Amino acid sequence: MLDHGDRERRKFNVQGPFASAWFKRLLLWFFPVLFLLQFFFVPLFRILSLGFDASALKTENFSLAFSVLSFTFYQASLSLALTFMLGLPSAILFARYDFYGKSFLRALTAIPFMLPTVVVATAFNSLLGPNGWIHSLFPLSSFQFMGTLTAILIAHVFYNTTIVIRIVGNALSRLDPKLEYAARSLGADSSRVWWNVILPLLRPSLLAAALLVFLFDFTSFGVILLLGGTNFSTLEVEIYLRVLKLPNLPLAALLSLIQLIFTLILSLFYTRVINQTTVQTAPRFSASSLPASIREKIFAALLVLFLSSFFFLPLVSLPLRSLARLEADRGQRMEVQDGITIDYYKELFINRRGSLFYVPPIQAALNSFAFAGLTVLFSLFLGFPAAFALAKPTGLEKILDPLLILPLGSSAVMLGLGFILSFGSALSLPIFVPIAHTLIALPFVVRALQPAIASIPERLRQAASMLGASPFRVWQTVDFPILSRATLTAATFAFTISLGEFGATLLLSRPDRPTIPVAIARFLSQPGGLNYGQAMAMSTILMVITCVSILFIERDDNRFA
Amino acid sequence: MKRISILLSTLFLLASCSAPGPKTLTVMTHSSFAVSEDVIRSFEKENNVKVVFLQSGDAGETLNKAILAKDAPLADVLFGVDNTFLSRALQADIFESYRSPELDSVDDKFKLDASNHVTPVDFGDVCINYDKKYFTDNGLAIPGSLEDLVKPEYKDLLVVENPATSSTGLAFLLATHAHFGEDYLNYWKSLKDNGLVVVDGWETAYYTNFSGSSGHGAQPMVVSYGTSPAAEVVFATAPLNDAPTASIIGPDTCFRQIEFVGILNRTKNRALAEKFVDFMLSVQFQEDMPLQMFVYPVNQKAALPEAFTKYSQIPVQPAVLTPDEIATNRDAWIEAWTAAMK
Repeated sequence: MLDHGDRERRKFNVQGPFASAWFKRLLLWFFPVLFLLQFFFVPLFRILSLGFDASALKTENFSLAFSVLSFTFYQASLSLALTFMLGLPSAILFARYDFYGKSFLRALTAIPFMLPTVVVATAFNSLLGPNGWIHSLFPLSSFQFMGTLTAILIAHVFYNTTIVIRIVGNALSRLDPKLEYAARSLGADSSRVWWNVILPLLRPSLLAAALLVFLFDFTSFGVILLLGGTNFSTLEVEIYLRVLKLPNLPLAALLSLIQLIFTLILSLFYTRVINQTTVQTAPRFSASSLPASIREKIFAALLVLFLSSFFFLPLVSLPLRSLARLEADRGQRMEVQDGITIDYYKELFINRRGSLFYVPPIQAALNSFAFAGLTVLFSLFLGFPAAFALAKPTGLEKILDPLLILPLGSSAVMLGLGFILSFGSALSLPIFVPIAHTLIALPFVVRALQPAIASIPERLRQAASMLGASPFRVWQTVDFPILSRATLTAATFAFTISLGEFGATLLLSRPDRPTIPVAIARFLSQPGGLNYGQAMAMSTILMVITCVSILFIERDDNRFA
Repeated sequence: MKRISILLSTLFLLASCSAPGPKTLTVMTHSSFAVSEDVIRSFEKENNVKVVFLQSGDAGETLNKAILAKDAPLADVLFGVDNTFLSRALQADIFESYRSPELDSVDDKFKLDASNHVTPVDFGDVCINYDKKYFTDNGLAIPGSLEDLVKPEYKDLLVVENPATSSTGLAFLLATHAHFGEDYLNYWKSLKDNGLVVVDGWETAYYTNFSGSSGHGAQPMVVSYGTSPAAEVVFATAPLNDAPTASIIGPDTCFRQIEFVGILNRTKNRALAEKFVDFMLSVQFQEDMPLQMFVYPVNQKAALPEAFTKYSQIPVQPAVLTPDEIATNRDAWIEAWTAAMK
């Protein structure tokens, strides 16, 4: 497409005066590969080799695996399709149009990504459950939400739309607007511009987003258990059951292998497709503007309305509940106290029972921030060199690229056991928390950075240096404007993934260093209005600090517009 | 690779224990473990030791992790093996035998391991809790037995946890097996026909489905603990003069859980580990436990807090199965249940 000139240049580079091209590549890959070997492949190999034996290769096991795999695949495909149906228009909305409350709505869509599943389930239930708001507004409507496939699908869309919005939207606003103008001036109408110009240019980011969303749905665990009830089982759920509940390590190892092989096939396919196109654009951003025509206005208004209600209504129940006296209609009270209260927030700061594991909310927030900050640092430090190498793939990258994605498709429970075998009691060291989070964040960081790095036109760099720009100036004027936004996207992912505590199942947790999700889980593990209220208050705090952090990380988003 | 692994681990270890000071005793527990700060501090001071707790998921997950790591133990002491996992723990041979002198104050019915590889610490009952207000408002009688629950007047009123994923769910499944024997699946089928709701775990059942909790769900009966009504009072938003919930304590409607502590094989701190086991049986720890973990002490000398004597009931005839019966059949019963309830 646009990279003919560059392809020759690449050849020149590889065989050029610096025979050190290979050495450079090895240098780029050194830390990412070391990290993955140490914290992914070795632990996984140890647990699989311990668990796997030929006795698991039975017909009944294969038929179980087959039925679970087909449901896993089925729900993941449906979820992916639905996520894109909402995500694509939303990506366009955020990339192309300005409207009141845009940054807030953008931040709002990222919040579900880091909320613990048990809190999301509570939120959905208060909206759609048997005693939920919808039901009290329309008392005659009778539908069951919890325990249905619909619940699983909606939750997946709720969690993962942010991936499409951020990865595709980021690419969309990085497109050189000149291409679109050119097409229009040659007489293309707007649908032709979309089909023939914009969508092909977006292909790498569409594929990257699709891969990530699909893998997240494919390895879905909490959503299936909590919202699907006992009716549904994915590979990940089945592995969890076979490892920790109905111990059958050989069967668990077999299922893990199937899940890994499937992930590998997907990533290989992705690598093949993605390498066919490299899109290079000017370091220029398509400006967003107020919706102009009637059609644009209707599109923007409807979508903003839908997004706000879809993300806002379930989430708003948490702050409301954290402020409402929850025992208002339960009788047997000493005195009647209805209405609004900040008792639950005050209570968070009191260690009423003198518990050793009491978590001061500020300490929990600081722990969460520290782990999230380290995860951002680790994953950018490892992700940048990997993304640079992947941007100009050689044979080496075609092998390494799919391997980078594997941690997303491996069972967290199995990996956790592998960690125990590999690291033993050292595993209780706090450093393992951000390490575990980095394993999950790294594929996101690489996918967010790679299309941006690949899109930097070599000719612009060369033109800049030909005109006398110093290497720093070249970086500042060419690389930085293109990469800064992608870096922000990558950092947002790493940050929210860490805040959501995806690595918890991997580890032996030290109760003296709890994070916010750990504190929420602890409140919800005992009965009583105060515990429930404090869990809601803590979830609200988590939502607010996530929202503020994302607004902060993305605050300069329009700087280059 | 191995070398780097060792190098990294050593570096981390060095970083973590660079400051010389008191010895460290590591105690692995399930995630529901809790204790008062001053109680632990007094133990630390008396024995010049720092106690580090490792929480590792629920009781089953904790045990499975300990078994996996038995050649290079993660801790010195493990607390939280209950009678449903006892035989599995003993078969896996992860504990060293130790008879605490404090065992003299413990009733024999709790001493399920004659070889003293594990020592009983607390007990509690998994019972069906009901929402008092719902039953009063609707003029319904409280069910008195497992059989009552399949009557039409209780249609759609009960939520239970999936025994494959939840320990309370498993306890209730065991109660039905203790009562009905091999006929238990037919009972479950009638429960299902009577509108039984099954969810993944206790948090969902209690806070999302149960109408008597702050979640204001749809079912007025839930499988929870005999002490949950006391917890509702202790953790009430506004002071309550009565519990909003109570337990159904008919014959076999509750399942007795006993939790044990054990010294892990190959500990390098045997003497301190023994001290810790004694400490867990001491009156000080046993009296602290009820309001921290909402379980009953096994030490007969320990006094109960008022919330327990007033709002929690101990069932006269809890369902009982021997640890061996449970260990032999647990997986088969769960699998059969899962198939029957599909």
